[in-house]
Amino acid sequence: MKDKVIIAGFGGQGVLLAGMVLAQTALEEGLQTTWFPAYGAEMRGGSANSTVVISDEEIGSPVAVAASVIIAMSDQGLGRFLPRAEQNAVVIVNSSLIKNRPEKDGVEFIFVPASDMADTKIGDVRMANLIMIGAYVKKRKELSLESAKKACAKAFPGKPKILEMNMKALELGFNYAK
Amino acid sequence: MKQLVKGNIALCEGAIAAGCKAYFGYPITPQNEVPAHMSKRMVELGRVFLQAESELAAVNMVLGASAAGYRAMTSSSSPGISLKQEGISYLAGMELPAVIANIQRGGPGLGNIAGSQADYFQAVKGGGHGDYRMIVLAPYSVQEMYDHAYLAFELADKYRNPVMLLTDGVVGQMMEPIEARAGNLDAEKKYFNKDWVLDGCAGRKPRLLRSLLMAEGDLEKHNRELEKKYKSMSSDEVRFESLETDDAEIVVVAYGISARVAKTAVKKARQEGIKAGLIRPVTLWPFPSKTINENARSGRKFLVAEMNLGQMVEDVKLAVSGRCPVEFLGRPGGGLVNEQEIFENIQAMKG
Repeated sequence: MKDKVIIAGFGGQGVLLAGMVLAQTALEEGLQTTWFPAYGAEMRGGSANSTVVISDEEIGSPVAVAASVIIAMSDQGLGRFLPRAEQNAVVIVNSSLIKNRPEKDGVEFIFVPASDMADTKIGDVRMANLIMIGAYVKKRKELSLESAKKACAKAFPGKPKILEMNMKALELGFNYAK
Repeated sequence: MKQLVKGNIALCEGAIAAGCKAYFGYPITPQNEVPAHMSKRMVELGRVFLQAESELAAVNMVLGASAAGYRAMTSSSSPGISLKQEGISYLAGMELPAVIANIQRGGPGLGNIAGSQADYFQAVKGGGHGDYRMIVLAPYSVQEMYDHAYLAFELADKYRNPVMLLTDGVVGQMMEPIEARAGNLDAEKKYFNKDWVLDGCAGRKPRLLRSLLMAEGDLEKHNRELEKKYKSMSSDEVRFESLETDDAEIVVVAYGISARVAKTAVKKARQEGIKAGLIRPVTLWPFPSKTINENARSGRKFLVAEMNLGQMVEDVKLAVSGRCPVEFLGRPGGGLVNEQEIFENIQAMKG
């Protein structure tokens, strides 16, 4: 198995954190992984992205020229990275914020109204990032919800309330995706 | 279980495990996690963290701490490392152990903040003035950021010489699972002959550490002593990794982040039936010239991949000594070489 996952959105959506939780999930499964952030002049509202590579073999570049998975949190993020989608790539779209229905041959689109779900079901729109991660975990038999939850617990030590919300987000996304 | 750690943080923890007692730094992207993490951890451990007023001040604080007998480190990124060159030359002249980490970014000038390998010449050919050498380690993973930080302190003490960790923004910023190995501080004692340390002369003869040697013949004598030391470094401290070079028709030479990418390309070439191999210098000085020379057999071709306009390729050419063609694939200005590019070059060389 080898996945090159690009998570793209705007600063404040938690695209770096989502990537870390995903990399930790892979680690919990005993897989190889790397996480690489966009570390330029990122700021709240500006563009932001992180790349996670997951593999059962030694990983070369932590940077993905072409992606097998794109998790698009915003219009801008989708527009920037969709051209990099490989043949048979999975593109998970935050359909709450991305209103048009993108098309590309040989790509599987999954539409998840993550921001709306986070707002109405958890009461905090910031949880959209882990809803998207939950949806991705569902798509890969090598990853489990249980490992994602373990990874999540490591991301929020000493913050039980925030952890609970994030756990719920993972479950919501996992159960939403087919 | 392994821990997911950022390269720059692993570097800090490796230094801490090695008994680094003092860290002096100044902010610059992409190495900011180093002073940020040290400002927390060194204070927790009751050791010294100091954000200096400049890079020049930081390296001279390292010089002072080292003269007083403490393991000390500074770090920066390319433009900041240029500012530290005077201090590095003084450390070499005074024979003081120290660790300097360069998390390279694009240049020249302020350049950009992307990962780069454009400071190879500066690191291995003497970025400061005077006839000196220093061991340069090139970690290519987060695990090696930890391991090499530890090793750098050992080597610095062993030779009473500055040691540089030459890495880049990609390895510094990426996260990977690592094992934090507990340090063996007995090794510190093994190398640490303290008979030169300036720690107060009550009850003993005063000592002097200096790099100014004005009396006739003194400096030449000193240079000759240093030469002996540099010769023993270059015979004993060469480190490299080689992969599938035995029957290789095309030998790729790459270090640091480029070597990771090259490794994938070499594996892909092998899958396609192309006999490719990889030599990864782990120490850039001393350079694995002997290994490269032994690999330069007739009928072979070399490909050097770097994130610059061609620097290490000169050392590869010297080692190959005209026996095989040496081609170069470079990405300057913060561009990262990619697997496909290297693979396509290997394919083209195969003909």
